[in-house]
Amino acid sequence: MRLNLTVNGRPMTADDVWEGESLLYVLRERLGLPGSKNACEQGECGSCTVYLEGVPVCACLVAAGQAQDREVGTVEGLADEDELSPVQRAFVDAGAVQCGFCTPGLLVAADDLINRVPDPSDAEIREALAGNLCRCTGYEKIMEAVREAAAEKTGSSSEGGRR
Amino acid sequence: MSPRSSSTAPTANHAHTRERGAPMSNTHTTPTHRPQHLDEEIAGGVGESPLRPDGSLKVRGDFAYASDLWAENMLWGATLRSPHPSARIRSIDVGPALRMDGVRAVLTAEDVPGRNLYGLKDLDQPVLAEDVVRYRGEAVALVAADHPETARRALDLVEVDYEVLEPVLDAERAAHDDSLPRVHPGGNTVRYQPIVKGDPDAEADVVVSGTYTVGMQDQAFLGPEAGLAVPAEDGGVELYLATQDLHTDRKQTAAALGLDPEQVRMTMSGVGGAFGGREDLSVQVHVCMLALHTGRPVKMVYNREESFFGHVHRHPATMYYEHGATRDGDLVFVRARLYFDGGAYASKTPVVVGNGTTLGVGPYSVPNVRIEGWGMYTNNPPCGAMRGLGAVQPAFAYESQMDRLAEELGMDPVRLRIRNAISRGDSTPSGQVLDYPAPVAELLRRVRELPLPRESTAESTNPDIRDLPGGASNTTHGEGVVRGVGYGVCIKNICYAEGADDFSTARVRLQVVAGEPIAMVHTAAAEVGQGLVTVQQQIARTELGVERVNIHPNDTSVGPAGSSSASRQTYVTGGAVQAACRAVREQVLERVAQRCGDPVERLSLSGGKVVSETSGVLADLAEVLGSEVVEATREYHHRETFPLDEQGHSERAQVQHAFSAHRAVVDVDTELGLVKVVQLDCSQDVGKAVNPDAVVGQIQGGSAQGLGLAVMEEIQVDGGRIRNPSFTDYLIPTILDMPPMNVDVIERGDPNAPYGVRGVGEPPTISSTPAIVAAIRAATGKALEHVPVGPEHIVE
Ligand code: FES
Ligand code: FES
Repeated sequence: MRLNLTVNGRPMTADDVWEGESLLYVLRERLGLPGSKNACEQGECGSCTVYLEGVPVCACLVAAGQAQDREVGTVEGLADEDELSPVQRAFVDAGAVQCGFCTPGLLVAADDLINRVPDPSDAEIREALAGNLCRCTGYEKIMEAVREAAAEKTGSSSEGGRR
Repeated sequence: MSPRSSSTAPTANHAHTRERGAPMSNTHTTPTHRPQHLDEEIAGGVGESPLRPDGSLKVRGDFAYASDLWAENMLWGATLRSPHPSARIRSIDVGPALRMDGVRAVLTAEDVPGRNLYGLKDLDQPVLAEDVVRYRGEAVALVAADHPETARRALDLVEVDYEVLEPVLDAERAAHDDSLPRVHPGGNTVRYQPIVKGDPDAEADVVVSGTYTVGMQDQAFLGPEAGLAVPAEDGGVELYLATQDLHTDRKQTAAALGLDPEQVRMTMSGVGGAFGGREDLSVQVHVCMLALHTGRPVKMVYNREESFFGHVHRHPATMYYEHGATRDGDLVFVRARLYFDGGAYASKTPVVVGNGTTLGVGPYSVPNVRIEGWGMYTNNPPCGAMRGLGAVQPAFAYESQMDRLAEELGMDPVRLRIRNAISRGDSTPSGQVLDYPAPVAELLRRVRELPLPRESTAESTNPDIRDLPGGASNTTHGEGVVRGVGYGVCIKNICYAEGADDFSTARVRLQVVAGEPIAMVHTAAAEVGQGLVTVQQQIARTELGVERVNIHPNDTSVGPAGSSSASRQTYVTGGAVQAACRAVREQVLERVAQRCGDPVERLSLSGGKVVSETSGVLADLAEVLGSEVVEATREYHHRETFPLDEQGHSERAQVQHAFSAHRAVVDVDTELGLVKVVQLDCSQDVGKAVNPDAVVGQIQGGSAQGLGLAVMEEIQVDGGRIRNPSFTDYLIPTILDMPPMNVDVIERGDPNAPYGVRGVGEPPTISSTPAIVAAIRAATGKALEHVPVGPEHIVE
C-alpha cells in the first residue's frame, strides 16, 4: 500500500508498505528516520516512542496503516535546527546518555511530560518514564536530566538550566 | 553502496564539535611563566568531567547504531535455530525455502567456506551446526531475502530432520557422573580448578554452611545484535557491526570465511550496550557468508527473542560453602565447591572458573582455604561473559555466609567484615600479594556513614503508595511492610588474567588544522556506552596540552585493543593512548630542544604552547609543528600474569583488584513477598577517577544490574529451553525499581597502573546483589539462598 503521513511537520510518502509493517519499520527502513529505536518490538522497552497526533506511543505497536494521514513526531524532530530542545540539552549535560539506545524514546516521553506537567515531582517523573527501559545508567542521571529540563522549561532554573 | 552510516557514523565518533555547555573554555589559554599554572588551564583533561563527544548525536537520533545501517540493494538475513537442546541432524532440505519469492540464498554448514569452528578460549562451536545441535537456539541455517519478513517466513520452509537426543541439563551431576552423555567428545568438564591454601581441613570454634544458587542472568543490552556486510572487490568483505572486540571478531570471522584477516575489514558502528554479551560471535560470520554468497550487501538484526538465543548469558551456579571462625570473629577457613553451568559451548567458562575460585573467599584474609570450581558443558543455553564475570556468583555466596557467621557470633555484620578485610600487603588464596592499596575496611566504614533515608514510608502518616512495595498496583498502604538494611562488599580482578597478554594499541597524530594544533586518537577499542571516547580525549589533552582531540572511528586498520570487558579499557587503552601521546610529545620537544638548547626533560606541552621549566613559554605548538604531522603508535601491555598451578597457586594470577561496598535499604511487604529497594548506596575505590561523572554513571548503572539479579532477573530454563525470551517475561529494572543512590568515590591510586586507575565498571554489579539480599533477610528473617529473590522465597 501507499502510506501518506506527516513526520516532524513534513509530508511524507512510503510505497509498497506491507500490511504487517509497523510504523517503526516504516520510519526506520522506508523513510530514512532510524532515530527511533528497536530494542524489543514488543511494546516493552519504549525505545521506539514517538508522538502520534501529539500523544506518545510505541511505534513498534502501531500498524503502519494506522498512521495514514496522521502527524508523527520523532526524536529527529525535537531539536530546533541547531538548537537542542531542553530535554535533549539536559540529557547531554547530566550524563544521562551512555550507549544512548534508550535515549530517543526517553526524550520523547520526557518531552511529553514536561509539556504536560509544569513542575513534575520525582514520583511523577518515574511514573511517566516507567515504560522506558535503560540498561546502562541506573536512571539516576535521567532523573536529574528531566528535573533540569522541567526547571528550564518553567524558567525557574537559576542559571538557565545549565549545570 | 556505502552504508548509510558512512555519512554519519564516522562523525559520530569524531569529536570535531565540542558540545555546547561543555566545561571547557573556547578561548586559548594565556600562558604565563608558571607551567603548573598552565596545566590547570587546559580544560577537559584527566580528572575532569567533560561531556561525551557523541552525546549531541545521540540525543538528536543521528548516531548510527549497527541496526540503523542501510546500503543500496541490501538484502536481509535471518537465522534458523534448533528447536531441540540436543539432537542429531539427519538431513536438511533447503529447496522449498530457496524457491520462495524474494529469497536469494539459503545456507547451511556445507556452505561455510573456511573452518566451521570458533570460540574465545576453546574452538568448539560451529558457525552452523553440522551433524548435531547442542542447545535450543543453535544456528542451523541462514536465509537472505529482499524483505526481513520474507527471510523470516522462509526459515519455516527449511526442512530439518532431527533425531532428538537426551540432553544433559544438570551441571553438578555432569561433574561427577560419567554415565551421562558427552556433550562434546572430550567430556563434559570445561575446566576444573582447585585453590588450596594452608590447612584446608582446619577446624574452628564456629562453623556456618550454606548452599547458594544464582540464576541465569541476561546482559539485556538494548541495542540488538546487528551487522551490515558489504562484499568487496578483492573477494573480501567489509563488516560494519556492534561488538566489544573488533580484532578477535575478525580473527574468528576470517578463519570461518577462509579469508586472510586483511580481507575482512571491520568498522565499529554505534553499540547499544554490551556488558559481556558481545564478546562471542553472533551475526558476524553469518552475515558475511550471505553477503559473499549473494554478492550483495546483507544486513542482519536480531529481534529481542532471537537476542536471548543469540548471545551467551551469565553462568548459573550452585555453590556449597562452609566458613569457620574463632569466637572473636577471625576467619579460620573457607571451604567451597562451585559448579558453573557453561551450557553447550565453552565461551568464557574457563575464565569464570578461574575468577570464581581465585576470588571465591571474597575480599577477606583467610589462612586456610580449599575452593574447587567446575565449569561444565551441558545442553543448556551457552554462558559466557557478563559484567562481573565469575565474581558475581561467589560474592552472593560468601557475603551471605559472612552475614550468617555474624549472626552465629552475635556480631555486627559490618564489624565482622572489617575485622577480616584484606588490605595492602595481604595475599589472596592463590598466593598473590596485593602490592597496591586495598581499602576494603575503609569502604565498609564509609558506606556505613552515608546518610540513611529518613523514615520508612510505611511508618509515615500519609504514605505515597508509589513508594511502597507493589507501588501503583496499590497492594499495601503500609501494613505488613518491614524495613531492612544490608551490606555487601566484593573483590574483582581487572584485565585478563592467568598469563593473558591482553594489550592495547593506540595511534596518535598531532597536526595543525586551520591554525590550531589538533590531536587525533585512533584505536580499535570499543565504545559501548561506557565513555571510553571521552577518556581518550581527556588523556590526549592532558599529555599534549591541546584542547581539540578527535577520535578516529574504531576499525581494524590499527592494532588490537582487546575487548571492552574486564573493566580494562581505561587501564590498557588509556595506557596505550598515554604512551602514544608521550611519544608524540617527545618528538615535538626534541625538535624544540635542538632549536633552543634546553634539555627535553625541562620542556613540556601546555595550553597549546611549548613551555620550558626555566624560561617559560618558548613557542606556539602550532608554529613548531608548521605543516608537519607528528605521529606515533604504541602498545600498552599490563604487567605479566601467570597461570595457576594444580593447587591454584600463582605468584601473580591477576593484574589488579578492585573493590566496592554497598548498603541497601529495602521495604518488604512480608505478606505478599514484594520488595521495594528504597535506597542503594555505594563506596568504591577507583584508583583515579579519570572522568568523575562517568565513574558515577558506571557505579549507578552497575548497581542497577546487581539490583536486577537480586530481585527480578532470571532466564528460566526448563528442559534446556528458555521460557521467557522477551522483555515481557524477562524483567529488568525500570525507573520505578531503581532507588536513589549515594555514591562515594575514593581514589587510592594503583602505582602499577596508568594515572593510578583501577577498573570501575564491574565491582558495583557484584556487591549490590548481596547487599540487597541481606537487607531483605534483615526484614524477613528468611534464609534466601537463591537469587533472584522472588515473592515465593519470602512468603513460604
Ligand atoms: S521497540 Fe517498541 S517498545 Fe520496544
Ligand atoms: S544509555 Fe544504554 S540503554 Fe540507556
